[in-house]
Amino acid sequence: METTTLVENLPHVTSLGVIIKAIIILAIISALAGFGTYIERKVLAFMQRRLGPMHVGPYGLLQIAADGIKLFTKEDIIPQNANKLIFMVAPIITAATAFIALSSVPVFPDFTIPSWMPIIGDTFVPAIASDLNVGILFVLGMMAAGLYGPLLAGMSQANKWGIIGAARTAVQFLSYEVVTGLSILAPIMLVGSLSFVDFNQYQSGGIGDWIVWKQPVAFILFLIAGFAETNRTPFDLLEHEAEIVSGYATEYSGMRWGMFFIGEYANMITISIIAAVVFLGGYNEASAIGWLTIMLKVAFFFFLMLWVRASWPHIRPDQLMWLCWKVLMPIAVVNILITAIAIMV
Amino acid sequence: MYEIVAFYLFSVLTIGLFLVTVMSENVLYAMTSLAAGMVLISGFFFILGADFLGVVQLIVYVGAIMALYSFAMMFFDATRDMKEKNTNSLLVFALGGLSALVLVLMFTGPIYSEHIQALYPMHPDAGNAQDVGMVLFTKYLVPFEVAAVMLLVAMIAGIILAGKKMDESLTEDTSIDDEIMIIPEDEVIIVKDKK
Repeated sequence: METTTLVENLPHVTSLGVIIKAIIILAIISALAGFGTYIERKVLAFMQRRLGPMHVGPYGLLQIAADGIKLFTKEDIIPQNANKLIFMVAPIITAATAFIALSSVPVFPDFTIPSWMPIIGDTFVPAIASDLNVGILFVLGMMAAGLYGPLLAGMSQANKWGIIGAARTAVQFLSYEVVTGLSILAPIMLVGSLSFVDFNQYQSGGIGDWIVWKQPVAFILFLIAGFAETNRTPFDLLEHEAEIVSGYATEYSGMRWGMFFIGEYANMITISIIAAVVFLGGYNEASAIGWLTIMLKVAFFFFLMLWVRASWPHIRPDQLMWLCWKVLMPIAVVNILITAIAIMV
Repeated sequence: MYEIVAFYLFSVLTIGLFLVTVMSENVLYAMTSLAAGMVLISGFFFILGADFLGVVQLIVYVGAIMALYSFAMMFFDATRDMKEKNTNSLLVFALGGLSALVLVLMFTGPIYSEHIQALYPMHPDAGNAQDVGMVLFTKYLVPFEVAAVMLLVAMIAGIILAGKKMDESLTEDTSIDDEIMIIPEDEVIIVKDKK
C-alpha cells in the first residue's frame, strides 16, 4: 500500500516518543473514564426527567472526585473460598487489555515537543503508539482477550451469581465475535488493508468518501456487535443487576471493581474510535479541524451508547444468541458476498 | 538486542506457563496459564515480523480456550483442587521421552539453520496478509479446502448430535403450561377446604 511513502515523510519515531504517548493515553483515558461516569449519570438522568448528581460542586461536577476517593479508600475484600490469585489478577486483565488495545488506534494528533523543554525536547510523539500493519485485527483480538477478566473473576469468586456471570461471558463472547469479524470484513475488502492509516487515507476525500455510504449494513452490524463487545445495555448480560445481582463483579469492591469499570469505559472509547475511523472518515490530517471532527464522532458514539441504555431494556442470553447467529451472521455473510461480487465486477 | 531479550522473555514465560498447565491440580490455574501461554506465543510471531499470523494466533486461541473454559465450568468446581486418578506410567514415560526428543531437535535445529531455505519467501512490497493469502490459495489450496470441509462436517455433526427437538421452539414451548394446568380434582378440593 501507500503507507511506506507517508511514513518516510514523518519525523522518526523514537522509543521515548512512544513511552510519552503511552503515558498520555493512560492518563487521559483513565480520567475520561471517570468523567464518563458523570456524563452517563447526567445523560441518563435528563432522559428520565431527573437531575442526576447535583450536590457535590457546581452541577455535581465534583461527584467524580467523590466517587474516586470512595473507590480508592474502600476496603479491598477477598472472599474466603475464592481462588485468591486469579481473583486478584482478573480486574488487571480487563484494564490492561483495554489499554493495550488503545495502543494501536489513532487516539490524539501527533506533535513534536518544543525544544525548550528539558530532556524530552524535540521528541516526536506519534498519533498511533504502535502503528501495526494489522491494527484492526490486533485491536479486536485484544478486546476479545479482555473478556477473560469477567470470565476469570466470575469463576474464581466462589459465588453463584459470579458463576452465572462467567457463563454468560462465554455465551456472549461466542455470539458476538463472529458478527464483529464478518461485519468489519467488508470494509477491509474495499480498502484492501488492515491498517488504520490506510482506512484514513481511503476516506480522505471528504464526507462523500466515507465507507458508511458504501457499507451501511456492515456499519449497523458492527455497531450492534460493538455494544455486545463493550457489555453495553441491550447486551449487558454479564452484570445484569435485575437478574444476577452484579454478575461477575458481585464480590468485588474498591479499586479492583474500579479497574473493571475503567476497562469498560476504555473499551467504549476504543469501539467508538474504530467505528469513527473505519466507517465515518476518521481523522483528516490535511485540515486543522480533522482531529476535532474525530473527537466529535467519538463523542457521538459515546452518547449513542448512553442513549441506547436509556431507551432499550435488557435482553435474555438466548435472545442474544438467536440475534447473533440466526439474524446478524447471515446478513453479514450476504453483505460480504455482495461486496465481493461488486468488487470483482 | 531487543529481539533477543524479547525472545528469551517470551520463551521463559511460555514454558513456565505451560508447565503450570500440566502440573497444576486446579482447573482454573491450568486453563488460565494455557490461555496466557497461547497469547504469549503470538509474541514470537511478532518478533519474526509475521504480524498477521501473530494476531491470528491471538484471536483463534483466545476464542478456542474460552470454549474450553465453559466445559471446565460445567464439569468442575473451579475453586477446588482436583485429584487425578489415573497415572499411567508407560504413557507418561512415552510422552516425556517424545517431548525431550522434540526439545533436543529444536535446540540442534539452529546448527543446520544455514541449510534451511524458505520455499516461499516474503514479498517486501506486499503485506503480511497478502503473503499468507498467496501461499494459501496456490500451493496449499487443497489442504485448505479439505480442512474447511472437515470443519463443516464437524459443525453439522455437532448440531445434529446436540439438537434433539429442533422442530420445536424453546421459547414458545407451552407444554409446561399444560402440565401445570392438569391438577387432579381431589387436590383442588383440598385447597378449597383450607380456604
